Amino acid sequence: MSEPVPEAGAGLGKTRERHAPPSENETHVVRSSTAFIVCMILLASFYIVMIVLMLLANVGYLAFSGKGLESLLAALRSAEVRYAISLSLISCSITTVLALWVSVPIGYLMSRFSFRGKAYIDAVLDIPIVLPPLVVGISLLMLFNVPPFNLLADWVVYEIPAVILAQFMVASAFAVRTMRVTFDQIPQRFEQVALTLGASRSQAFWTVVLPQTRRGLLAAATLAWARALGEFGPILVFAGATSHRTEVLPTTVFLEMQAGNLPGMLTVSIIMVVLAAVVLVITRLLGLRRLNA
Amino acid sequence: MIAIDGLSMSQGSFKLENVSLTVPQGVYCVLMGRSGCGKTTILEAICGLRPLVRGTICLNGRNVTELKPGERGIGYVPQDRALFPTMIVREQLAFALVLRRQRQAAIASRVDEMAQLLGIAHLLDRMPGTLSGGEAQRVALGRALAANPSVLCLDEPLSALDEDTHGEICGLLGDVHRHTSVTVLHVTHSRREARQLGDCVFDLEGGAVRDVALGAGDSIPPGAVPDDS
Repeated sequence: MSEPVPEAGAGLGKTRERHAPPSENETHVVRSSTAFIVCMILLASFYIVMIVLMLLANVGYLAFSGKGLESLLAALRSAEVRYAISLSLISCSITTVLALWVSVPIGYLMSRFSFRGKAYIDAVLDIPIVLPPLVVGISLLMLFNVPPFNLLADWVVYEIPAVILAQFMVASAFAVRTMRVTFDQIPQRFEQVALTLGASRSQAFWTVVLPQTRRGLLAAATLAWARALGEFGPILVFAGATSHRTEVLPTTVFLEMQAGNLPGMLTVSIIMVVLAAVVLVITRLLGLRRLNA
Repeated sequence: MIAIDGLSMSQGSFKLENVSLTVPQGVYCVLMGRSGCGKTTILEAICGLRPLVRGTICLNGRNVTELKPGERGIGYVPQDRALFPTMIVREQLAFALVLRRQRQAAIASRVDEMAQLLGIAHLLDRMPGTLSGGEAQRVALGRALAANPSVLCLDEPLSALDEDTHGEICGLLGDVHRHTSVTVLHVTHSRREARQLGDCVFDLEGGAVRDVALGAGDSIPPGAVPDDS
């Protein structure tokens, strides 16, 4: 758009308008954004559609095989599956609480303090995320072979505590990442003001900082719970796959697969999907209600 | 009073060397300087939020250099106000008093007093996210003043306000100072604020603090500028 020509010096302005060649800015044409947006949408929808199809295939197979309801009822009637569901629910909940207990202090310390060797500790915290799950299990097994851990081995290895410890080692790493980002996003200014008003560091943490982490805490808890629910490799190695003792839902899927029971395996998988979805929805609702309160 | 002597600080590439400054008891002092000259750093040092390399800070004749921020008897209003996002206004005003374990009745009465003084009685049950810039500034002032500090540190308290609110809060700061007789250190880059509010004005330039006479037409009462500093 050309500027309106002012009254004064109008003649000069008009002359320029008539004779000056159009500048590069005036001839520059901006290309349409449609192709770019369409490409982005196609790539994004590929992944999203794959997730939905993957789940639908699971349900669809059971529905079309005509054995869906039957195998669901059979699974729910089975004492092994019922035990696996209870152990999964209980162990995942305990793991989540434990994961929050370590991830909050680690996230806070890593976010608020600079110290020598911080980069190395940061790398150590990523180890459970990048390590192959089986290796976590083997390493835990080895750990409980050496003193003083071997004193607890009878009580832990191949027992329920091993299930929780295996879940905890991996799930906590994800909770730690989430809490670190959460604390990073809360400016230190709030704590500083609290300190000037007479608070100790601990009072500033409990009264000013922690209440601001609600959303992050919920996200960390959901992530830890979901990771723990799906944990299989370390549990198989470190806790075994004994029915009515250390059998969690992923173990059931594995055992059903070994027995060649495809409908049973799919049914238990769907139970896990439903459990994960229920937890996700509950935490979202809780989070929204608290944030709106 | 505020007495800073031989203050040296270092943070990364930023350095302040041998800064000295004295603000007499009950005086409204404006510390001016360009952005990045270190005036906020000096304010934070007074609050105990920055480590010193050398130097001493005395508030009301008490050497507070080694004291924790909460033991210095200061009120601090940062530039972004930093109202606690999860507390209603009433809780913000009561925060310092609750930490001092005052009785409920004493807290309620002090909160009411602050709310009246700052004109925020109708905002007491609101969350900070719902306040306008001027209202938030009043709440931040109330939170800093609730525990009756001897020194009030204000970091650019008028910088983020629109023209009308600027004048309103400017007047309020003057009223609050007259009412409480608190010693104020107000950091700004605005000469206009210094003229409107400052009993004494210092300029921080090149790491050195000097007294400033703002010229004819300013509102600084003659003789209020400390000559014993």
